[in-house]
Amino acid sequence: MTTVPLQHLLIFSTLLFFIGLYGATTRRNMVGILISIEIMLNAVNVNFISFARMLDVSATVAQVFVIFTIVLAAATAAVGLAIVLVLYRNQKTIYTDEVELLKW
Amino acid sequence: MVIRAVLIPILPLLAFVTIVFFGGALKRKSAWVAVGASLASCLLAGFEIANVIGGNTLYANATWLVVNRVPIEFGVLIDPLSAMMLFVVTFVGSLIVIYSTGYMHKDPRYPKFFAYLSLFLFSMLGLVLSTTLVQMYLFWELVGLCSYFLIGFWFEKRSAAQAGRKAFITNRIGDIGFFLGIATFFYATGTVRFVDIQPELAHAYAGSWILPVSALLLFSGAIGKSAQFPLHVWLPDAMEGPTPVSALIHAATMVAAGIYLVARLFPLFHAFEITSQVVAVIGTTTALGAAYFALTQFDIKKVLAYSTISQLGYMVAALGVGGLAAGSFHLMTHAFFKALLFLGAGSVIHGCSDVQDLREMGGLRKSMPITFWTFLVATLAITGFAPLSGFWSKDEILLSAFNHQHLIIFWVLSLTAAMTSFYMFRLLFLAFFGKTRGKFHAHESPVSMTIPLIILAVGSAVIGLPGSPVMDHWFQSFILGGHGEIHHVNSFVVAVSTAMCFLGLLIALIFYIVQPELPKKLAEKSWLFYSASQNKLWFDELYDASFIRGFKSLAGILFRFDERVVDGCVNQVGFKTVALSRVKNWIDQYMIDGLVNFTGWAVRTTSGIVRLLQTGVIHHYLLILLLGVLVILYTVS
Repeated sequence: MTTVPLQHLLIFSTLLFFIGLYGATTRRNMVGILISIEIMLNAVNVNFISFARMLDVSATVAQVFVIFTIVLAAATAAVGLAIVLVLYRNQKTIYTDEVELLKW
Repeated sequence: MVIRAVLIPILPLLAFVTIVFFGGALKRKSAWVAVGASLASCLLAGFEIANVIGGNTLYANATWLVVNRVPIEFGVLIDPLSAMMLFVVTFVGSLIVIYSTGYMHKDPRYPKFFAYLSLFLFSMLGLVLSTTLVQMYLFWELVGLCSYFLIGFWFEKRSAAQAGRKAFITNRIGDIGFFLGIATFFYATGTVRFVDIQPELAHAYAGSWILPVSALLLFSGAIGKSAQFPLHVWLPDAMEGPTPVSALIHAATMVAAGIYLVARLFPLFHAFEITSQVVAVIGTTTALGAAYFALTQFDIKKVLAYSTISQLGYMVAALGVGGLAAGSFHLMTHAFFKALLFLGAGSVIHGCSDVQDLREMGGLRKSMPITFWTFLVATLAITGFAPLSGFWSKDEILLSAFNHQHLIIFWVLSLTAAMTSFYMFRLLFLAFFGKTRGKFHAHESPVSMTIPLIILAVGSAVIGLPGSPVMDHWFQSFILGGHGEIHHVNSFVVAVSTAMCFLGLLIALIFYIVQPELPKKLAEKSWLFYSASQNKLWFDELYDASFIRGFKSLAGILFRFDERVVDGCVNQVGFKTVALSRVKNWIDQYMIDGLVNFTGWAVRTTSGIVRLLQTGVIHHYLLILLLGVLVILYTVS
């Protein structure tokens, strides 16, 4: 069984992270931003798993962390979506540049 | 017995308090409170007088103040002299209070009048019962105050308000002397008790000047209160008050307070040549001058006012020539017949719809019979027809002047008696005889007014008897307490005084009944003599030109001093304070406020710069977050 080299995995996760980062910094749509954040979180998860496989084959610690991250990400996504929904109900928009209630 | 004596003045005081607090609710009934109180104190006084006649003197004191370890006391003293005054004040006072219920019938301030009358009775009785000069001074001022209230009772009338003020101020001039007299007397002798003022005390100070000076100062109080020359000017003006007030205060009682004071201090005055001479001369001058003024007055009350001054002058003269009993006797008889004359005049004024001018009256004999007959009795009494009261007392005064070798005083007083007779009969003829000259319908006064008139008429007729040979000069020995000489009737003096009063009657008869044209012609012929009397020797004008104008200009100077110097100082302080506060205001505004404002401004400006970072664009925050993370990573690695 050939193993995928670590470098490939790291490049993949880096790419994934920067794709998420790019999305988060450029999207105006809040749902898009949330999705991009999820992508960044998943890049981190891939990183965790990759290093765990490389350094310690039976690394359950990393898997626990990853599952924690996924759960927390789901929770934050739920909260974020709830905020977006309420915001939409009040402001009729989910574009970040159009929401300026707290702006000076 | 002391409590009973103290109650005599306290009862009218209680009436005063009651009327002051409940006068609004009592309304017309408040008169009965005053009448009840005065009658009750008259009754109590009767018991005390009977006690004194029985030979007991009541004397009780309580220490009031202590000055230089000498107690100044407050108490009651009822000896023959004050018993006589008690009798006059309570008896005549009660009658006048009863009379007032009728006279003041229509007045809107009816309860207030009786409140004042009661306060006056309290003050006067307190004065009579005083045991020390200080206590007397206190009540002396109180009666002056009541007099002021009652003269100005109809204060809506400008002349009444001014008359009240004039009376008060003129009295104060005398009272200043009285006060200084008390002070010097206390300084010299260390006592203010009346019981200590005995001939022995005065003799101990023979040759020293301080006691005569203090006696003269004390006498100036009497000059003011008893309207003696030269402070007589207030009494005629005081006639602006209601007539019962003129009768009670300005004829029978308060003006007699000065006589009472001199009689109380008689040993002091009698001990020195100079003081007794001054007293006698002032009394005689006043008697003659006031009688002269009375000759030509046309206001019925003014005639009686000058008559009162003249009769008071008689009393003072009597005390001056050494006739203590004669002066006191005349005080008592005068209180009766002069109160009767005033009440009669009040009845006339009441019946003639407030007309006071004699030229408008006339013929009232028929429409007011009771008033006429009582007035006649009073006129005969004051002019000195035997055997009415005035005959005995005036005779007594003339007799003591004659017996003490004061012949000038004797003849002047005799002349005054003729003048008295003339002006009184002139008044009687003008008012009650002939035809009514004014346009009014005269009517007799109500019973509440005529009954006091009748009682006083009886009193005026018989009150002279205790001092007459009929009763063996009982009154004189009562007042003198057994020591001192009693003059027996001198036929020469009796002849002179009787001749004088017949002379006055005769002239008045010729002038006003037989030949009514004569007075006018005579007045034109001797106009100087006439207008001098008519204008009271221009005393008011003289005082106005000298003292009043002088005081006014002095007051003007003081006013300007006040305005320029005192006000100027105050204003300058004000201006300086304003200027100083302007400076402080500037410091506050620019230094202290500036500091506070600068703090705010600095915070605002710096935060204005930092504020720009909060763009509201969520991507900027993310970028900054990213950059921050990168910076942290860079510094960590």
